[in-house]
Amino acid sequence: MNPTQVAIALWTVVYKEVKRFTRIWPQTLLPPSITMTMYFIIFGSLIGSRIGEMDGFSYMDFIVPGLIMMAVITNSYSNVASSFFSNKFQRSVEEMMVSPMPNWVILAGFVLGGMARGLGVGLIVTIVSLFFTRLSVAHPLLTVGVVVLTAALFSIGGFINALLADKFDDVSIVPTFVLTPLTYLGGVFYSISLLPPFWQGASLLNPILYMVNVFRHGFLGVSDIPVGWALAAIVAFIVVLFGIALWMLEQGKGIRS
Amino acid sequence: MAEPALSIRGLTKVYGNGFHALKGIDLDVEQGDFFALLGPNGAGKSTTLGVVCSLVQKTAGAVSIFGIDIDRDFARAKYHLGVVPQEFNFNQFEKVIDIVLAQAGYYGMPRREALPRAETLLKDLGLWDKRNGSARMLSGGMKRRLMIARALMHRPKLLILDEPTAGVDIELRRSMWEYMRRINRDEGTTIILTTHYLEEAESLCRNVAIINHGEIVRNTSVRGLLAELDTETFLLDLAHPVEDAPAIEGFEVRQVDSAQLAVVVHRGQRLNDVFTALGERGIEVVSMRNRANRLEEMFVSMVEEGNRANPVKKAEVSQ
Repeated sequence: MNPTQVAIALWTVVYKEVKRFTRIWPQTLLPPSITMTMYFIIFGSLIGSRIGEMDGFSYMDFIVPGLIMMAVITNSYSNVASSFFSNKFQRSVEEMMVSPMPNWVILAGFVLGGMARGLGVGLIVTIVSLFFTRLSVAHPLLTVGVVVLTAALFSIGGFINALLADKFDDVSIVPTFVLTPLTYLGGVFYSISLLPPFWQGASLLNPILYMVNVFRHGFLGVSDIPVGWALAAIVAFIVVLFGIALWMLEQGKGIRS
Repeated sequence: MAEPALSIRGLTKVYGNGFHALKGIDLDVEQGDFFALLGPNGAGKSTTLGVVCSLVQKTAGAVSIFGIDIDRDFARAKYHLGVVPQEFNFNQFEKVIDIVLAQAGYYGMPRREALPRAETLLKDLGLWDKRNGSARMLSGGMKRRLMIARALMHRPKLLILDEPTAGVDIELRRSMWEYMRRINRDEGTTIILTTHYLEEAESLCRNVAIINHGEIVRNTSVRGLLAELDTETFLLDLAHPVEDAPAIEGFEVRQVDSAQLAVVVHRGQRLNDVFTALGERGIEVVSMRNRANRLEEMFVSMVEEGNRANPVKKAEVSQ
């Protein structure tokens, strides 16, 4: 395929993915918005007012970046995992496999689709948060950069999950038993400085902690961990996981007999 | 001489559970041909076509599409290939028009080119009125035609149809045959067809390969294959009922019911002799037809012969 044809093929996959999650917006865009609004009301306004300050900021201001990031992570991941698995299940993935479209275009198309949903939901949550607090952004470029990279990373993760999944249950195992605990323990609701030294060290093994902290640094200018290292780690994860996903696709894992 | 539309050499497929689906088959399909690949369930038809369209990974062997080796440049070979699979493989919740336009997009076709192409194909296949409806609302026959329209979007030179008329009513099947004949005749599209309706293969195809137990057991022209047929059974409808089947020397005659006889005619025998003998007995024949599709008779005898020579193993039955 020449570059123009590749661009058309990539756009086709992305367009189809975006159209899919916007067509079923009551399932994809509305629920996370309502859930996050509940978090803002309960943890931010009601309980947060009794907690006081966290790292020198009101509790509401402290949790807003974490909640936005949580929405981006879960939605990027689940969008690609469920969409690609549905394509496998309905065998419509064969439409792409019989075409001359390179595998990296298929992968990139689904990842961009997942990022679009993750970032879209992130934007909705950000807008909702404006009803509860005055949001200020200390480092706009860093804020945007890290949320885009995080959406990309978890979209790739969702793709690998879908490739390996044999049934719908397999698509929900990782979000339920891995992503949700890591997100909750990743400093969304608290600063790790509150933890005993052992658990502080253990928390540093959680990759989501780095993403949440860099994102919070973008908003508030404070972070529990070095920002440069965190960014480098996210980029490294993206490169490695993209390579693994592409290799699996080339090998036909889960899609070719 | 032009490269074959499809050339297969020594194609072997062993699945993970050890099942030998293909045992080194060789096959050539010439450009412009209308070719039937026949075989009983589990014979290896879909595996063969799956390898050609990249849905199944081969274990060994070589496949070329218009001279392009799929191991060297599968992407370029795929441009020439259109595939209509046996099972519906589109997103049932998408609109009909979106399904065909997306397929064009996967081949890098610009939208300004894809839109008129989609309109032509959907109109030709009687789906234009349904273009904005969800694919799941289509009838079974319409879904099959949707897959044909989708496969033709990028103007493939080789169209693979894996049981395209399964579950389609007779009238619609005839109109689909006519459409396939038209694209084969007018556009020169090479067509490879697998079907369980052997009448379909006899009516549409010029050449045929029969596959059984992962091996090609016959590869010849449909006409040549029919010429090998040793016997034919004719059903004779009688003007008046008869008590018993009349005995005619040299012919096997059975009574189907009081007003119908079945006569087995061997190669070299003359049907005229039957009519003469019946006339002498005062039996009047008003109409006559073949008892079964001729190709079907031959196919069944070949497969039975193959099964006797190659009994199915228990492990294979579980496939």
